[in-house]
Amino acid sequence: MRDQVSSPYREFWQRFTSNRFATAGLVVIVVLFLLSLAAALVTPYSPDTIDAWHVLLPPSASHWFGTDELGRDVFTRVVYGARVSLKVGFVAVGIAVVIGTVIGLFAGFYGGWIDSVLMRLVDIMLCFPTFFLILAVIAMLEPSIWYIMVIIGLTGWMGVARLVRAEVLSLKSRDFILAARVLGASDLRIIFRHILPNALSPVLVSATLGVAGAILTESALSFLGIGVQPPTPSWGNILTSGKDYIEFAWWLSLFPGVAILVTVLSYNLVGEGIRDALDPRRQ
Amino acid sequence: MANYLIKRILMLIPLLLGITLITFTVIHLAPGEPVEMQTAMSPKASAASRARLREFYGLDKPLPVQYGMWLSNLSRLDFGRSFAPDNRPVLDKIKERIPITISLNVIALILEFGLALPIGIMAAVHRDTLLDRAISVFVFVGFAVPTFWLALLCMYLFGVKLAWLPISGIHSLGSDQWSFFWRSADLARHLVLPIAIATFGSLAGLSRYMRSTMIEVLSQDYITTARAKGVRERVVIYRHALKNALLPVITLLGFSLPALIGGSVIFETIFSIPGMGQLFYQGVMARDYPLVMGILVIGACLTLIGNLLADLCYALADPRIRHGRG
Repeated sequence: MRDQVSSPYREFWQRFTSNRFATAGLVVIVVLFLLSLAAALVTPYSPDTIDAWHVLLPPSASHWFGTDELGRDVFTRVVYGARVSLKVGFVAVGIAVVIGTVIGLFAGFYGGWIDSVLMRLVDIMLCFPTFFLILAVIAMLEPSIWYIMVIIGLTGWMGVARLVRAEVLSLKSRDFILAARVLGASDLRIIFRHILPNALSPVLVSATLGVAGAILTESALSFLGIGVQPPTPSWGNILTSGKDYIEFAWWLSLFPGVAILVTVLSYNLVGEGIRDALDPRRQ
Repeated sequence: MANYLIKRILMLIPLLLGITLITFTVIHLAPGEPVEMQTAMSPKASAASRARLREFYGLDKPLPVQYGMWLSNLSRLDFGRSFAPDNRPVLDKIKERIPITISLNVIALILEFGLALPIGIMAAVHRDTLLDRAISVFVFVGFAVPTFWLALLCMYLFGVKLAWLPISGIHSLGSDQWSFFWRSADLARHLVLPIAIATFGSLAGLSRYMRSTMIEVLSQDYITTARAKGVRERVVIYRHALKNALLPVITLLGFSLPALIGGSVIFETIFSIPGMGQLFYQGVMARDYPLVMGILVIGACLTLIGNLLADLCYALADPRIRHGRG
């Protein structure tokens, strides 16, 4: 009997898991999380131990992904690098979602000059080549993973703001909002208690895709040498040394790149899967 | 149409002001001063000479005053002088770098549209077939590949292993002695990899977008009508559907500009191409404030112009706007 009860969440889950690609993406993400949490258990090496006798060794049974120019195990560094990438992805997108949601809610709810000012701000921010802006700020500050997360977040909220605003515009004239108003609910209560929960589902999709984007941006910054600083391993900065040794050690360039590719691909697949599952018409 | 144009151009003014304000704020909020960068190199610099330097660059004035000065200079197209040892006007430095970046991006953009539109249309027309699936896989992988990593792999494959293509710069050593034809061929050879990678980077997004707008248009009633009255499928797709599916794509053209310009930092740095992206990277590393601010403003203005052009194309293509309704 219990199987016949169908809640929206269960329906959503069923639609999501019926999409094989999205499910595979989710599995990869979960595995990556577990790997990066249990990094010390997964590999016998430390990510920072220099071993002058085992420099630039090709992949083998003892070093799955080979070793780098300082004799460090590349597999270990890729696993520890996952921590950085996942952390950057989530924190940056968290910041972007909070800013974008608040701005979208207020712009859509109040309309008028508040809406005009906030949406012009969105237009202006969208004019900047984001990567230029991020580069300028990060290089002016001392490079650190925290700055990177904050700045990727601060330059990535515009899409969310537009999405939320559009949702609010279609929600605010509905009967249940009118009912809340008649009952004497304050603006803030209406915005955060009644509108917000209903406006969040498109944000979920854009946030998932945003994590993928943030991971790509962080790796590009680290690759250029202004992201995560060595010796802390990140997929981007392993590739920097990969570039220097590309003629002798292809493994140094191949594996971190594949790690980025697979992670970003998984987030994109999950994002698309959520979008399709939220909106059955798209199936 | 004229009304629309005037309205659209007037709207640029607040946007331009906003761009300068954000650029200025971003650069001046950051700790550390360019003068420190210059004096750190020479231990002989005394406190007095430091103060003179600050005064020379106007850094001793309050921020709003500095912003006002900068803005009034900008309005006369004076972007200030670079902090780099050559001390040249920022505008001159940018001017000599812009052509290569813009031509690279325009070529990439043309290739991107030339490839992505047919791919998207094909996927939409053959929806849910093996072809569509294959294109989807390609698109998703294309989305996820980090451009700089792809550049790295291509450099290794075509530059090092096969030695078919040069991997750095835009001229071969000694090519200035060659005839015009050979110099052009040399330039083209140097640009193959960067352009291919810039194109690939944005191919996925556009073809996906084209697919979904095409699918949407193909489900409209007037398409069913056209098919019902016996119009051939080719005509339905290329005459009836494509025209309407292309409209939203025009807007996307404007939106893809910031990403393209921003991406130029990455491949210009990797391939050592002397363009605006490389100049920006060098400027940022040297904390060359006037240069960084100048490129930020110009980069944003390029996007603004791109958006304006895209909107105008849209207006020209859409009769509802063309005839003053909408």
